[in-house]
Amino acid sequence: MSRLTMVKALNLALREEMERDPDVLIIGEDVGVDGGVFRVTDDLHRTFGGRRVIDSPLAEAAIVGTSVGMALYGLKPVCEIQFSGFAFQCFHQIENHAARYRNRSQGRFHCQMVIRMPYGGGVRALEHHTESEEQFYAHIPGLKIVVPSGPRTARALLVSAIRDPDPVVFFEAKALYHAAREEVPEESEALPIGRAQVVREGRDLTLIAWGAMVRVAREAAETLEQEDGARCEVIDLLTVSPLDREALVASVRKTGRAVVVHEAPRSFGPGAEIAASIMEGAFLSLEAPIGRVTAYDVSFAGFARERATVPDAARLVAAARETLAF
Amino acid sequence: MPRKPVEPRFSVEHLSILDSDGNLDAALEPDLPPESLQAMYRAMLLARRLDERMVRLQRQGRVGTFAPLKGQEASQIGSVCTLRPADWMVPSFRETAAMLWRGWPIESLLRFFAGYLEGGRPAPGQRDLPVTIPVATQLPHAVGLAYAAQYRGDDAVVMVYFGDGATSEGDFHEAMNFAGVWHVPVVFVCQNNQWAISVPLKKQTHSRTIAQKALAYGLPGIQVDGNDVLAVYAASREAVERARAGDGPTLIECVTYRLSMHTTADDPSKYRSEEEVREWERKDPLTRFAAYLGKKNLLQDGLEAEVDAEIAEAVARFEATGPADPLAMFDHVYAETPPHLRAQRAELAARLDAAGAPPPAPAAPPDPALPMRGQRQSRR
Repeated sequence: MSRLTMVKALNLALREEMERDPDVLIIGEDVGVDGGVFRVTDDLHRTFGGRRVIDSPLAEAAIVGTSVGMALYGLKPVCEIQFSGFAFQCFHQIENHAARYRNRSQGRFHCQMVIRMPYGGGVRALEHHTESEEQFYAHIPGLKIVVPSGPRTARALLVSAIRDPDPVVFFEAKALYHAAREEVPEESEALPIGRAQVVREGRDLTLIAWGAMVRVAREAAETLEQEDGARCEVIDLLTVSPLDREALVASVRKTGRAVVVHEAPRSFGPGAEIAASIMEGAFLSLEAPIGRVTAYDVSFAGFARERATVPDAARLVAAARETLAF
Repeated sequence: MPRKPVEPRFSVEHLSILDSDGNLDAALEPDLPPESLQAMYRAMLLARRLDERMVRLQRQGRVGTFAPLKGQEASQIGSVCTLRPADWMVPSFRETAAMLWRGWPIESLLRFFAGYLEGGRPAPGQRDLPVTIPVATQLPHAVGLAYAAQYRGDDAVVMVYFGDGATSEGDFHEAMNFAGVWHVPVVFVCQNNQWAISVPLKKQTHSRTIAQKALAYGLPGIQVDGNDVLAVYAASREAVERARAGDGPTLIECVTYRLSMHTTADDPSKYRSEEEVREWERKDPLTRFAAYLGKKNLLQDGLEAEVDAEIAEAVARFEATGPADPLAMFDHVYAETPPHLRAQRAELAARLDAAGAPPPAPAAPPDPALPMRGQRQSRR
C-alpha cells in the first residue's frame, strides 16, 4: 500500500498496463517529455520511449482519429485530450467512428481504446477548462463513460478501461487530481465497469453522485446525519454509461427518496436519465419526487461565479431536506 | 538582411502516359504483363457494368441510395492494384471498383446498399475498412493503421481514398500533417472528380492543384491523369514502393470526372452542363484503355457478356437474401450486451412475438423524401 494522489494513481495504472501489454500506447498533446499538463503521464516517456508515449501534433480530431486506426490494427491506444472542453474538436471521431466501428463492421473490427479527459470546475480556470460534459457521451450507443471519484477508483477503473474491448471515455475530475491521498494497493486492482458502489449505507434517502460530486454527497450525508438524524445512502456511480440501474433501483426501493447531484447543466443531463430509470424501476417505493442538484443551464459562469452554480454540500443538504420533508 | 528563399524546391508534376486520343508515351509505359493488363481492364469493366446495373436496381427500389462511380474506374483500379493483400485499403463511399478488386463479393455490396449492415462487413482477415460516409474522417484512421503497422514492424502499406471535397475538411489536413510528422507508410489517393455534389473545384480551393497541398506537410504530391489507368498505376506503384521502403507518405491527385450523379438521389443537371459531361465522356477511361489493349491484341472476346453474367448471378444471390432479423441490431453495439440493451432487445422480441408475423420484409424501397447528406430529391 502507498498513499497516492489521483494523478499518481492514474500514472500507476498507465505504467502497469504498459508494462503488461506492449500494445498499450499513449497519445496526446504534451503527454511525452512534459508528462502531460497535469503530469498524469509523468516519466512514462522516459521509460517507454517516444514511439509508445506519443507527443502528437496539436489536433484533437487526429489524436482520436489516428487512435481509431491504431485500434483497428489491434493496438490499444490511450488518448489524452488536454481538457474536456476541447473534445468537441474530436467529437465526430468519437461518435462517428470509435463508438460505431464494432457495429458498422458487424464485429469484424472494434476500437479498444480509452479517451481520457480532465473535466469539471474547482481549478480557477478559463472558459473550456471547467465544464462537465459526460452527458454528451452518455447518449452515444457503443461508448462507456467512466468517472472515478478518487485515487483508488481512478487506478482500478483506468486499468479496467484499458482492458475493456469497447471504447471508454474516461473523465477525470481536475478538482480531485491533487485533492487527497488515498491508500492504493501495490498489486494490480481492477473495478468492473458498469457497476456503481454504495459508499455509505443509509435508509432514509439515496444521494447519487460521481466524480468530484461524491465528496460533496458524502459531506452532505454527514451533515444530514448530524443535524437531522437522517441516514443517507450514498451511491458512487463510477460508470455513467452503461448506467447501473439495478443498484439505483435497489437503493431507492429501500429509501423511497433520491437526489442526484451533478456538475453538468440540468436540462437533458444525466440526472434526467437517472430519475427516469428510478421511476421505471421503483415507482411504487417513491415517497417524493426525485431531486436534482446541478449546475444551472448556462454555458459558462466564469470562476468568479463558479461556486454559485457548481453544486456544493450546503445546496445538496437543502435539496435533501426538501425531499425528506415532502 | 535581405529576404531569402528558405524552401525553393516546390514543384508539382502532372503525369500522363496514355492520353484520351490513345497516344502513348512509350518511355513512361509501365512494364505490366499481359495478364495484369487484362485483369485491370476486366475489373474496370466489371465496375462500370455493375454501377450501371445498380442504378437500375436503385430505380426499381431494390437497393437504396448509393454513390455511382462511373468515370472513376481508372483512378480506383490503377491505384488499388498496386497493393498486396496484406496491405490496407481504406475507402470512402464511392470506391466500389476498388472494393471489388479487393475481393468484396458483389452480393455483399448489394446487401450493404440495400440496408443490410452484414453487407458492409469485411471478411475475416481482409485488410479493408468498411465504407465510411462522413467526408474525410477516414483519413486519420489510415494514418493510425500505418502507425500501427510501423509500430509492429510489419511492412504493410495503407492506401486511403477520398474526393476533392474532402480536401477542405480539417481531417484531411490533420491526417496529412500527422502522416508527415510520423513518416508512416500511407498513400493518400484523392479522386478529384471536379464536383463535390454541386460545388465545383474552383469553389472548393484556390490552389491550382490538390497535389500541391502535400508540399505544405513535407510530403511529395503528384497530379496524374486519373482517367489514364497507366499513369495512375505508375504513380501509385512509386508511392507504394516509397511507403514500403520506409520513405513516408505520398499524396496522389487523380484528375478524373464523375460522369454520373453524386448519389442516386442527386440530379446533376441542376448544376452542370451537358456539354461538360460530353467533353469528359470523350476522355472515358475504359475507351482509351480498350484501344490500348486492342493495339496489343489483348482484348478478350465476350468479356462484356462474361462480366454481365457474373453480375446477374450475384444479383440472384442478393435477391435470395432472407429478411433482416431486427433483433440482430443489438448484436454488435458492445462486446458484451449490457443489461439495459438486453432489456430493450427483450422488449422488441416480445413486440415481434405479439405481432405473430415474421420479421418485416427486407429492402423496402428507399423513401426519396429522406435524402442523405447534401442530397435532394430528383425532379425526374
